[in-house]
Amino acid sequence: MSLTITRPAVRNPGQDRGGAAAIGARPTLEVVGLKKSFGTVEVLKSVSLQVAKSEMVFVLGRSGSGKSTMLRCCNRLEEPNSGDILLEGEKITGRGVNLDRLRRRIGMVFQSFNLYPHLDARGNVTLALRKVLKLSRDEADARAITALTRVGLADKAANYPSQLSGGQQQRVAIARAIALEPAVMLFDEPTSALDPELVGDVLGVMRELKQDGMTMLVVSHEMAFAREAADRVVFMADGEIVEEGPPEELFGNPQHERTRAFLARYSQ
Amino acid sequence: MTNLDRFIETFLNGSVLAKYTPSILQGVWVTIELSVLIVVAGTLWGALLACIRAYRIWPVSFLIVIYADIFRAVPPLVLILLVFFGLPSVGITLSSFAVLFVILGLTLGAFAEEIIWAGITATDKGQWEAARSTGLGFTQTLGYVVLPQAVRMVIPPLTNRAIAITKMTALGTVIGVPDILNQATTAQSFSGNASPLTLAALAYVVLFLPFVILSRWLESRFAWKKG
Repeated sequence: MSLTITRPAVRNPGQDRGGAAAIGARPTLEVVGLKKSFGTVEVLKSVSLQVAKSEMVFVLGRSGSGKSTMLRCCNRLEEPNSGDILLEGEKITGRGVNLDRLRRRIGMVFQSFNLYPHLDARGNVTLALRKVLKLSRDEADARAITALTRVGLADKAANYPSQLSGGQQQRVAIARAIALEPAVMLFDEPTSALDPELVGDVLGVMRELKQDGMTMLVVSHEMAFAREAADRVVFMADGEIVEEGPPEELFGNPQHERTRAFLARYSQ
Repeated sequence: MTNLDRFIETFLNGSVLAKYTPSILQGVWVTIELSVLIVVAGTLWGALLACIRAYRIWPVSFLIVIYADIFRAVPPLVLILLVFFGLPSVGITLSSFAVLFVILGLTLGAFAEEIIWAGITATDKGQWEAARSTGLGFTQTLGYVVLPQAVRMVIPPLTNRAIAITKMTALGTVIGVPDILNQATTAQSFSGNASPLTLAALAYVVLFLPFVILSRWLESRFAWKKG
């Protein structure tokens, strides 16, 4: 009996994209054979995926395809039934993992923003800095202002979420996540709850994060943005990855019938 | 003597009022002391139990629910009499003040636990997820994120209940706590005149009206912050 760990045959994205990561470099985030069922419903059927350092990977798929569940398994807000998640080569699934230590290295942005309504924008950003990273109030404030400046909202530091537009709230939520300087950011339909005219601001921030080298895994329906900004696009259906590739290939010449059907529906 | 004169003589008798006002003022202090102690201890106790229940350790939660249900079901007067007259038989003697404080504090605690628990369960699940996703632990999330929102949400029912329970300090009269009502009934029986009871009613209004107004202020203040 050998103890060799068999890896599924997933291409290293860095090899294709030439530049994002060196050949053979360890992916920042690696999902290996992830399975998840809710009761008798199998939501994820052995999903494997890699995100290289500084890569932006978009996950597309109809609602119910398992893409959000997959994303939520990556920081274990959802507990997978089997399979592994590796963060910078370190296994973060299974027992004995300190979830709180792990989660500060994985930023997450939610569809419904989930800002703390009783704290102002600065308080939203500094809470984890002070209570998790144990920074002093001054250090935390300085880092919060830096993060809010990156999302273009330094002047809104003293505003409560109820005094901000949806787009501003989502940008504060992004600031809250990036202030912890995570190794990877997960975006769970970050623009789905926004009025169309506010979507652009959030996507603009995401574009800048990418330019600054942030590693990102994004579940979203923003096709145009995916086409323009993503390094790689993954299409999921019924709990499986049906097709993946660079955006120009996946959008321009989809190989799979289900991908074509999905793209036809959404590009109307 | 006209009807009006008789009315004034009975309920607003100047000489009786002058004579017994000092003792009723003493009663006011006792009622204030008790009320503050009951509100502070009862609310904190209820909040503590609601937080413990949030950990969902079922035997512990079960005990908390049993406690809350019993204290919400039994009239406080029954418990006051039971403890005050029963405990000395088993060798525990508590002052009437202490008995009143403990029973009403526990009663408010039972209601406060249920009310704050309702606030905790009504707090959006996304708040938990957002906080935990930044690395905050369960206890930190509860303390810094969920509880502040839960308490804001339940301030109206909580203040209503606190007012209702603190008014029950008048029950202390039956076990001899020298509160407002006790002083007034004593004065009433000595003087044979109802004016001290009028004064007592007035004292309760003066005492509890600011409390009621404060609760309205709290409600509007926190309603505004949430937007």
